[in-house]
Amino acid sequence: MSPVPTAGQTVGPFFGYALPFPHDSELVVPGSAGAITLSGVVRDGRGEPVPDAILELWQPDADGNVVRREGSLRRANAPAVFTGFGRASTDADGHYCFTTVVPGASFFSVTVFARGLLNRLFTRAYLPEAADAFLEQLEPARRSTLVTARDETGLVFDIHLQGERETVFLTYPRLEP
Amino acid sequence: MTAAASPEPGPGLDSQDRITEEIESIARDYVAGTESQPRLDYPPYRSSLLRHPTKAPEPVDPEGVELVAPVFGELDLDASEADLTLQHDREPIGERMILTGRVVDGDGRPVRRQLVEIWQANAAGRYIHERDQHPAPLDPGFTGMGRCLTDEEGRYRFTTIRPGPYPWRNHRNAWRPAHIHFSLFGTEFTQRMVTQMYFPGDPLFPLDPIFRSVVDPAARARLIAAYDHDLTTPEWATGYRWDIVLTGPHRTLIEAGDR
Ligand SMILES: [Fe+3]
Repeated sequence: MSPVPTAGQTVGPFFGYALPFPHDSELVVPGSAGAITLSGVVRDGRGEPVPDAILELWQPDADGNVVRREGSLRRANAPAVFTGFGRASTDADGHYCFTTVVPGASFFSVTVFARGLLNRLFTRAYLPEAADAFLEQLEPARRSTLVTARDETGLVFDIHLQGERETVFLTYPRLEP
Repeated sequence: MTAAASPEPGPGLDSQDRITEEIESIARDYVAGTESQPRLDYPPYRSSLLRHPTKAPEPVDPEGVELVAPVFGELDLDASEADLTLQHDREPIGERMILTGRVVDGDGRPVRRQLVEIWQANAAGRYIHERDQHPAPLDPGFTGMGRCLTDEEGRYRFTTIRPGPYPWRNHRNAWRPAHIHFSLFGTEFTQRMVTQMYFPGDPLFPLDPIFRSVVDPAARARLIAAYDHDLTTPEWATGYRWDIVLTGPHRTLIEAGDR
């Protein structure tokens, strides 16, 4: 018999001294060859910015390889090694920003944690021209919440936890209700 | 209670009775055994009102990076980060405790060599976080953040001090039961989870909307560590054990389907 998964709980308001780590949002060194930003604003059901969220980014490298490399937490101590993983906290304006490379795949995997959010949320930030069967079967307004837009430094991906432009969040076959 | 000890509710703050009534009303309507995770839409936790998605999550088969988890290892942390009582040149105040358990996946297999992060209030119920305004003392011997890697059996182990309960402003006279925040990775990114571990017998359990957002009583019970006297160290520290089960994984499912 399979064991029952442990329940999640909110990350709460006080993760700020624990989960962030130096250079957590810099998957590559800013200004290095191929570096782009993936940035946006996290908003609540009233459109107000969420200043106490933390996002995780997990992605393949520019060639589409999923790297299996340790060292994410100690980027400051090592020569820049791409691990594919990062964290970015939102600021007072709900804004977050990763520095990374365009993945050689159709999407970035993103998880969202916040005070007031009782369990983590999974989503995907698709590249602007990406298309796949999953995107296709969403109605256009919903689909657009998963697709990044371009700006002068890279890609923009706003997250709406609730409301008219609510981001499409994902569930996978073995996630429990 | 005297009037002085129990001031009128602040503007916009509901009473504990009102919150408890909401909690119990939701509990009465719950069909036992149907849920194992917290409700995202749980009005007694007021901050969730505008921060829960209203649409059902879209089912999707994981692919690419979703089927793999970030790798952490010796490069990422020092073994000393698992002892929260040794992070300063003085010892923290409070009940020293050993906290250990296993991280397994939904098939019961150990999650090996994977990152576990914890954070917590000090013995007085105060976080070192700048946003924590609770007028309880900070402890110059305690930060309250630890990390470790699981071993080959999926076991993690921390030495820390038992955190105190603390007030928050969800409603008037709101107090969180003592807890330790946990962040966990599995072998696939879809297994990512953040949760809170509680201590047996806490009188605040029935009153806390975050704990009660897990409406299934058995699922709530699984968030509570067990006191373990075999883990308790003579003349040194009490012992608590708490096992964690992640969801999934999917790769076995996909491999099985391929056959
Ligand atoms: Fe807490």
